[in-house]
Amino acid sequence: MTTIETQAGANTVPSGKRFFSLAGRYGTFVAFLALILFNVIFTPNFLSLQTLNVNLTQVATIVIVAIGMTLVIATGGIDLSVGSLMAIAGALAPMIFMGTLFPVPNMPVAVALALVLPVAVTGLFGLFNGFLVTRFAIQPIIATLVLFIAGRGIAQVMTNGNLQVFRNEGFQFVAMGRVAGIPAQVILMVVIAAIAWAAIRYTVFGRQIIAVGGNEKAARLTGMPVHRVKLLVYMISGALAGVAGLIVVARNSASDANLVGLGMELDAIAAVAVGGTLLTGGRANIIGTVIGALVIQLVRYTLLANGVPDAAALIVKAALIVLAVFIQQRAGKS
Amino acid sequence: MNALLKALALRSPGDMARLGVILALFGLILFGALRYDNFLSQYNILSFLRYNSMFALIALGMAFVIMTGGIDLSVGGTAAMASVIAALLSPHHWAAGLVGGIAAGLAVGALNGFIVTAMRIQPFIATLATMLAAYGTALLLAGNQSVSVSYDSGFTAIGQDDFLGFPIPAWIALLAYVAGWLVLERLPIGRHVLAIGDGEATAALMGLKVRRTLIAVYLGSGALAGLAGVILASQFGAGQPTEGVGWELFAIASVVVGGTLLTGGSGSIGATLAGALLLAMVFNILNFENGLGWISLSAYWQSVIRGGFLLIVVVLQARLMSRREEKA
Repeated sequence: MTTIETQAGANTVPSGKRFFSLAGRYGTFVAFLALILFNVIFTPNFLSLQTLNVNLTQVATIVIVAIGMTLVIATGGIDLSVGSLMAIAGALAPMIFMGTLFPVPNMPVAVALALVLPVAVTGLFGLFNGFLVTRFAIQPIIATLVLFIAGRGIAQVMTNGNLQVFRNEGFQFVAMGRVAGIPAQVILMVVIAAIAWAAIRYTVFGRQIIAVGGNEKAARLTGMPVHRVKLLVYMISGALAGVAGLIVVARNSASDANLVGLGMELDAIAAVAVGGTLLTGGRANIIGTVIGALVIQLVRYTLLANGVPDAAALIVKAALIVLAVFIQQRAGKS
Repeated sequence: MNALLKALALRSPGDMARLGVILALFGLILFGALRYDNFLSQYNILSFLRYNSMFALIALGMAFVIMTGGIDLSVGGTAAMASVIAALLSPHHWAAGLVGGIAAGLAVGALNGFIVTAMRIQPFIATLATMLAAYGTALLLAGNQSVSVSYDSGFTAIGQDDFLGFPIPAWIALLAYVAGWLVLERLPIGRHVLAIGDGEATAALMGLKVRRTLIAVYLGSGALAGLAGVILASQFGAGQPTEGVGWELFAIASVVVGGTLLTGGSGSIGATLAGALLLAMVFNILNFENGLGWISLSAYWQSVIRGGFLLIVVVLQARLMSRREEKA
């Protein structure tokens, strides 16, 4: 009894700081576990494969985009163009395998092109973002605002704003297919997250991203290819947005340039912020981003499953973002 | 060349950028006037001003926030929420709708100011969150559908009627810009805004009331977004909880095209207005061009062209800035 009290006494001296530093490190994860516990108790049929599938497939595209966003934010930048780039990839893919863009020899080749070309194109658009940021030293928020505005317009002009409806099993495998019972998009999400996590932790490129975001001047003086690192992260972010765009249209069996990826930039930034990557750069918490996206998705699911309207879920999401960032900032200071 | 610039009192690259946007605006007007018969017709001018006043109001609030080095992403959501509240209150009295909408904007602005100054969260994240909350509140209050305004209380006059032959929304925007110019150029708070944008720590050391100024700026941006929401509801006869998506980025683009640097510390009210009008006129000219029948560019081209405009402006700005740095 006494030992417990002394321990508690020893802890209370810096308790405020300690609380924030613990909450900053593990808060999102604890919130994630608490949400699962809450749902297991209160939400009927929560522990079913179907619930798991619904949540994971809905979160997959956000996670994929948010991973690219994490890398960009780690360099001290931001990418507002991801939603518009999703629309471009989503508009291109059906045009390729339906042969409206150019004649295709046979279906397997067409499907392969429909999977590769849109991602390459959005990757190039991402490179363009990086070019504006590095060559002209334009602030990332403005540089990527250009394609945020123009990108969706490009997708709409390409399709003339029309809905493209299709059925193509080969192409739609990225969303509808299953490997060993696991949805293909979930596998894609896990693989991309794992690669990004390993890259940050074990590769020179990963360390360079952190260094550039932490102190760009110092990174340049130590001889790091700052411009190349930035070009690459914007290109990766663009390409990952393209992947997410393909998944969305494949899932819907339709591509609507007006809607694909709408608001995605904000969802992705929210996931990154809740996941513990500071917006000032110099840190990249990939696992945090994944959990951050899961928490946002689970909050929404929990509220909907318990009869709270979607609109109220928006307000809760807002409070969650502010709270998460507040706690992490306090933790960062202590 | 240098003598000419001196004569025009163009001291900084910012001044040149501002002169550039005003020249571009006049160039576009001249182009339209020469090319299209009805471009300078009363109908086109008045409907152009009536519709674009909302965006001009939001850009004004955004300009002040950006001058402090901040950003306000919540304006679109705030306008949507204010339009719903104004529509709900409009049956009681037209003034109830007006005041209610502005009060809703002030509430969001106060929340933004609190989160930014007291919780010390970056404006980008703070206003991103309040944007979501404002849309959520708008949808809850409106029951997920648009809310019809009262046509008996005179509320629709705010957005639809004319005063002295000029649309009322345009009068409101004009007054707001004159007030904004006075605040920036003639009142102490205007210099405080710019000083904070130059460096918050320095401004605080100089004894400026940084927090109070920041809160005032977010309150102003919220109130103007609320006013834009009132005009939206009045003009289209309904409070629209899903309207306003992307307005914040359009406003940011207007401010940047108007030569205000996103880093804060400088800015011009007149050039912001020119920037907002310039981006709006792209759409207007596109409509006329289609009317000629030579080409048939869909409305979707307008965002491509606007994005292109923004690109040209920011690249030019960046080059001017780097030239100044080389000299310094």
